[in-house]
Amino acid sequence: MNFFKELTKGIIKENPIFVIVLGMCPTLAVTTSVKNAIGMGLAATFVLLCSNIIISLIKDITPSSIRIPVYVVVIAAFVSVVNMLMEAYVPALHKSLGLFIPLIVVNCIILGRAEAFASKNNVIMSAADGIGMGLGFTLSLMVVSTIRELLGAGTWLGIKILPATYDPMLVAILAPGAFLTLGFLMAILSMVKEKKQ
Amino acid sequence: MTYLGEIFVMAMTAIFIQNFILSRFLGLCPYLGVSKKLDSAIGMGLAVIFVMTLASAFCYLIDIFLLRRFGLEYLQTIAFILTIAALVQFVEMVIQKNAPALYKSLGVFLPLITTNCAVLGVAILNTGMLRSDGTAYNFLDSVLNGFFSGVGFTLMLLAMAGIRMRLEMVEMPKSMKGMPIALILAGTMALAFYGFMGFKI
Repeated sequence: MNFFKELTKGIIKENPIFVIVLGMCPTLAVTTSVKNAIGMGLAATFVLLCSNIIISLIKDITPSSIRIPVYVVVIAAFVSVVNMLMEAYVPALHKSLGLFIPLIVVNCIILGRAEAFASKNNVIMSAADGIGMGLGFTLSLMVVSTIRELLGAGTWLGIKILPATYDPMLVAILAPGAFLTLGFLMAILSMVKEKKQ
Repeated sequence: MTYLGEIFVMAMTAIFIQNFILSRFLGLCPYLGVSKKLDSAIGMGLAVIFVMTLASAFCYLIDIFLLRRFGLEYLQTIAFILTIAALVQFVEMVIQKNAPALYKSLGVFLPLITTNCAVLGVAILNTGMLRSDGTAYNFLDSVLNGFFSGVGFTLMLLAMAGIRMRLEMVEMPKSMKGMPIALILAGTMALAFYGFMGFKI
């Protein structure tokens, strides 16, 4: 029961992007297409899951004064694993995500969950938290990228959705579109929250 | 092109055309988080310029003399983040000991910089950057690129802080307050910066 709660809280109630507002750099940078967003989301989920498990396993033997460097090394190790795996099996995706794969290391979500959750809870709960937060991250990336890809190219996951007469709004897949899309999404979200109260 | 001209082009590219925040999307957490007050934005910006310059220098040396010499390129991520973390810690200790006044104004921002992706980003980008004649960046190029990227970051941070302070007094829908308006503002600024690229939308 508890396990299920930890698993699902990351998706809506404690959504890492829209509620906790962490990890903005990849959110804005890789959401130019749904494919990139899914790739980035799954890569981050993998790192989040593995680092949460390891960190909760070693939490009792880690001196608290050097815990942050220890966490960073654990996370960096898994990021290197993901980086090499993606380079070997999905080279095209690896190329389009580029710099943002090694930068998963400094993604605040991962270090944040390590510090706030995995260092205080047991392995199973930490694994659930990692998967939940990772999925929440992936879903949020997909929402943002769906809007941007639809407006900017008229496609979803490369499939043509809007009719050919639609003139793509190039700005949506450029840098300004990322900020504007996320800004309006957050405004809508806080409006919905306000209405509920 | 003379070397000085090359440096000028590098500075313009790093500050305006390929601005770290607005077109590369690096360092957004401090950009959105520390831009509420002008004086803390100045402190953060100066600390970032300092650490980015130093990190570019050290990561370049580690990359050339350790990673490439022994064929360990795949350890780049771990090596660089450790270098940056150690560097930030070291800088913090030195400043605390020798310049307590400076430490008071910059100190709180230093630990935050380890997880600023702009710092790791510039170190990784430097290893893949090419000069106009097609050769890889040398030591001086890397350091200068780190410095100019930091300057570009700070300029944007200051601009953002200046606008946000004025926004405090503006009436707007409640749901727009805080993060949403900051993001929309950033989007507008990014649109303006596309002008430097000669881009027509």
